[in-house]
Amino acid sequence: MIQLENVTHAYDGRVVLNDVSATLAERRIGLIGANGSGKSTLARTLNGLVVPDSGRVLVDGADTREDVRTIRRRVGFVFSNADTQIIMPTVAEDVAIGLRGNGLNREETADLVDAILRRHGLAAHRDHPAHLLSGGQKQMLALASVLVTEPEVLVCDEPTTLLDLRNVGIVTETLRALEQQVILLTHHLDTLVGFDRVLVMDDGRIVFDGEPKAAISHYVDLIGARP
Amino acid sequence: MSMIGLYVPGTSLPYRMGAGTKLLLLVVVVTTLLALRDPWVSLGTALVVPLLYLAFGLWSHLRHAFRPVLLFLVLVALFHLLFTGWEVAVRVCAQLAAAVLLAGLVTRTTPVTEMLDLFARLARPLRFVGVRPDRVALVLALTIRCIPMVATAWTTSREAYLARGLRGGPHRMVVPVIVNLIRSAEALGEAMSARGMD
Repeated sequence: MIQLENVTHAYDGRVVLNDVSATLAERRIGLIGANGSGKSTLARTLNGLVVPDSGRVLVDGADTREDVRTIRRRVGFVFSNADTQIIMPTVAEDVAIGLRGNGLNREETADLVDAILRRHGLAAHRDHPAHLLSGGQKQMLALASVLVTEPEVLVCDEPTTLLDLRNVGIVTETLRALEQQVILLTHHLDTLVGFDRVLVMDDGRIVFDGEPKAAISHYVDLIGARP
Repeated sequence: MSMIGLYVPGTSLPYRMGAGTKLLLLVVVVTTLLALRDPWVSLGTALVVPLLYLAFGLWSHLRHAFRPVLLFLVLVALFHLLFTGWEVAVRVCAQLAAAVLLAGLVTRTTPVTEMLDLFARLARPLRFVGVRPDRVALVLALTIRCIPMVATAWTTSREAYLARGLRGGPHRMVVPVIVNLIRSAEALGEAMSARGMD
């Protein structure tokens, strides 16, 4: 469970999170809002990528300000641009790098890597250069690279933004099938169907919190009311 | 083939050898060739190495391994033919060709992670002066990873110029490419932090 307590954060004096409080316990949570609404910054506070100026974020009681290493193992993060997440030259190597320091030997690492690549349809690309994969395959690799470490929570910051419709479907289905708690930031509102809860952000605040249909309706009205 | 995608999956003998053994053999062979200074031994070795590509199922990669050094070999050969004689030309060119092809054989049969593990092991003594071997390996990995990143930044900036009907000359590309790379590096750093690699 993740708790945000009076979280406030500013970049160069511009407040992007304004006294946000919430408890995130549901299995599938959506986070929507216009560009600049603060949702990406909020997402980044959840695994300690951003430490709030005031207030605190607790992951199962652990403060992101104090125990960031443990929290990052618990809370995986997937970015919208998969290209920038690729660290190693080949697909298998990129997945394996996240397992370094876990005390696994080479065979155990290879078994885990192969299993996750099979699960996400990348087994045939095991030894291919990662940067030559298609956009959809790169995003699946980004997901696999995070999931191989078995985080308890997965935060996805617009993972489908750069993808075509087919790949949006593949990534969405993959996220739906995960056992982990998923917190999904997205502009593809139809991907939130079946979610337990959706938060709408505007101007650094959570302005709506409820079931997906009502949240999407609120968001559409909010955008429609803008000049 | 991409610069960082040199590894070719396979199961023949060199794939079953450790990265350290292969690098050691490479050093021994190249050092021996240099020490012997014999044009016929060098030429013989340079002619045998392609057979190794054939034997290990890498024949189709021979041309790719040889191409980058071909022009350089021609220039070296011309220089030595003009100023030192044919024997030196044969020896130096054969030594270079053999060394490049053997190195190509090592990189094509060794995954980068295996090579990085080796470098991390070799860097272990540096712990005593405060250097972390795993960091050395990671820096090497990132250096390799950044090659396509630079190429992508260059292509993106060039296309942005061309799309506006402008010429993307090298002097005009420097600033946008650097800005692009800095942004990519920041994003890569953030992604590494998110994966617990501080």
